[in-house]
Amino acid sequence: MEFGPHLILAMLEGLVQASVLTLTALGLSLVFGVMRVVNVAHGEFFMLGAVFAYVVAGWFGGSPALGFVAALIVAPLLVGILATASDWLILRRLDYDPERTIVATIGMLYIIQQVTLMSYGPDAHPVTPPFNHRLAIPWFEFTERGLEFYYPWGLATTSYKLFVVMAAIVAGLGVWLMMARTRLGLILRATQLDGETAQAFGIPVERVYAFVFGLGAALAGLGAVLIVPIQQAHYLMGHDPLLLSFIVVIIGGLGSLRGTVWAAVLIGMANGIISVFFTPTLAKILATLLVAFVLIYRPQGLFGAKPA
Amino acid sequence: MSRSLTLHLGLIAVLVALNFVLPAYHHGNLARVMVLAVYAMGYNIMFGYTGLLSLGHAMFFAAGMYGTGMSIRLMEMSVGPAFLVGLAVAAVFAALVGLLALRTIGVAFMIVTLMFSQAVFLTILFFNPVTRGDEGFVIPQPVRQVAGLDLSDPTIRYFAALTLFAICLLALLWLVQSRVGRVFIAIRENEERARMLGYDTWAHKLGSVVMSGTMAGAAGAAYGVLFGSVGASFADVPFSILPLLYVLLGGPGTVIGPFVGTLFMFYLRDLSSSLTDAHMLVAGVVLVLLTLYARRGIMGIVRERWLKWLP
Repeated sequence: MEFGPHLILAMLEGLVQASVLTLTALGLSLVFGVMRVVNVAHGEFFMLGAVFAYVVAGWFGGSPALGFVAALIVAPLLVGILATASDWLILRRLDYDPERTIVATIGMLYIIQQVTLMSYGPDAHPVTPPFNHRLAIPWFEFTERGLEFYYPWGLATTSYKLFVVMAAIVAGLGVWLMMARTRLGLILRATQLDGETAQAFGIPVERVYAFVFGLGAALAGLGAVLIVPIQQAHYLMGHDPLLLSFIVVIIGGLGSLRGTVWAAVLIGMANGIISVFFTPTLAKILATLLVAFVLIYRPQGLFGAKPA
Repeated sequence: MSRSLTLHLGLIAVLVALNFVLPAYHHGNLARVMVLAVYAMGYNIMFGYTGLLSLGHAMFFAAGMYGTGMSIRLMEMSVGPAFLVGLAVAAVFAALVGLLALRTIGVAFMIVTLMFSQAVFLTILFFNPVTRGDEGFVIPQPVRQVAGLDLSDPTIRYFAALTLFAICLLALLWLVQSRVGRVFIAIRENEERARMLGYDTWAHKLGSVVMSGTMAGAAGAAYGVLFGSVGASFADVPFSILPLLYVLLGGPGTVIGPFVGTLFMFYLRDLSSSLTDAHMLVAGVVLVLLTLYARRGIMGIVRERWLKWLP
């Protein structure tokens, strides 16, 4: 393939990655923004979403479409309930002290991951996509007869991948609508701004925290359900989403949802494109160093405004 | 002789005596525990005494390990000088990381150390042809000798580990009772107040990171030389979590705690491995239980209840 079609292909792959990353990072950002909790177990909630999706889809063995729809609803819900329970049982009792919660979520990371290994096993399993049409993409060429369109071999995407992108946009808009337009969003923003004052105004802050922790994990779970027909469910799959979400949330500015979305699109695309043309390891080295230096020299993130 | 010096010399004496009575399996384990305890003691300088929580100490362990390992592999140095190279690499690297990471505090500091460590791990993988990345490499047995002593011999290995452990234990005991060590504790308790009292908190924090990183590097270098294997997995995230786990379990801010924590955790994992392959499960459960119910760790509780003088 020539460079042009190859780049288009890389960008399409990057777009799918960016979509899932946006949802996952939004969850992490929401939890950090409202609760000031760094959830190291976030990647494991992502992994749980994928594993639950495999299990739920298995109940509807005959019909992949029905199984997928069921997984899309049930898996994030289960992940959210589990996360809410772990917040209530563990994080709440630590008074959300930053150091202790980070240690506790490291513990949760290993518990979730290892229990999955013991029950689900070390193998990767696929989920059948509900639909999967091959969509060829035209490319142009200047010949002596002028501009000509043709379909280069290998330049194609699938309808399912487009669906992933659309679904992520819808879910992202949903989160934004909830935060900006509903009473619930108002409560979340009030808690984010000043938890103590919110409490004084009668907002049940502890319950808000439990809900936000569940919602954040459910968003990661939703991202995982969307990606699992493309990438199989495996008990160690939470590592990369965690790292990338961290990168996104920090570069976008800690706690800023808009910054998170911009950074997710940028990092997801860049990661997809760099991984196609260079080695993924190099991309990851650059990304981790970028995060460290952003935190050191520009802690408000690349998109955040400097605090007054 | 003070009570605390008696206690720590007593521990060393017990470890010397154990060499002659332990069966081979536990003898080998204890040598490993002592080297890992040095790693945890180094971690404790930053976390337990200065109040700096690092999530990336594996990079210092790996700096010492690869500093020594590469000197032996590529430059055919003998073990003694190579060990010193490992120490120097770890110290310089810790100073560099400290200079950058200490510009942040709290959660940002944790994430910066985590990211630097991850970058080190990935860099080791990236230069696979030189570092043997994933698979690691073996330091061959004939090379592992110091002054004619074969370090792969169980007894000599045990005493080499014990020597390093004893030096670090006594150095730490001296450090935490010295003026510098007391400033570390003051920074942990209230950095603003320590600064207001006229202490240069920045320099002390940097000193803490360098000492901590160098001791972790010493453990890494010793691990490579004594057990013969060097690999990228020693730089990965789980290996950064281990010293945190050891110190939290044994008692942050106690000299003897890291050893106690390492010993307990090592045997806890050993016991659980007969029940399940998921050996990190125990680590996860212990971490959660410790943060919930026992923040001071074993020796912290001992100090609180019985031995108020424990350093």
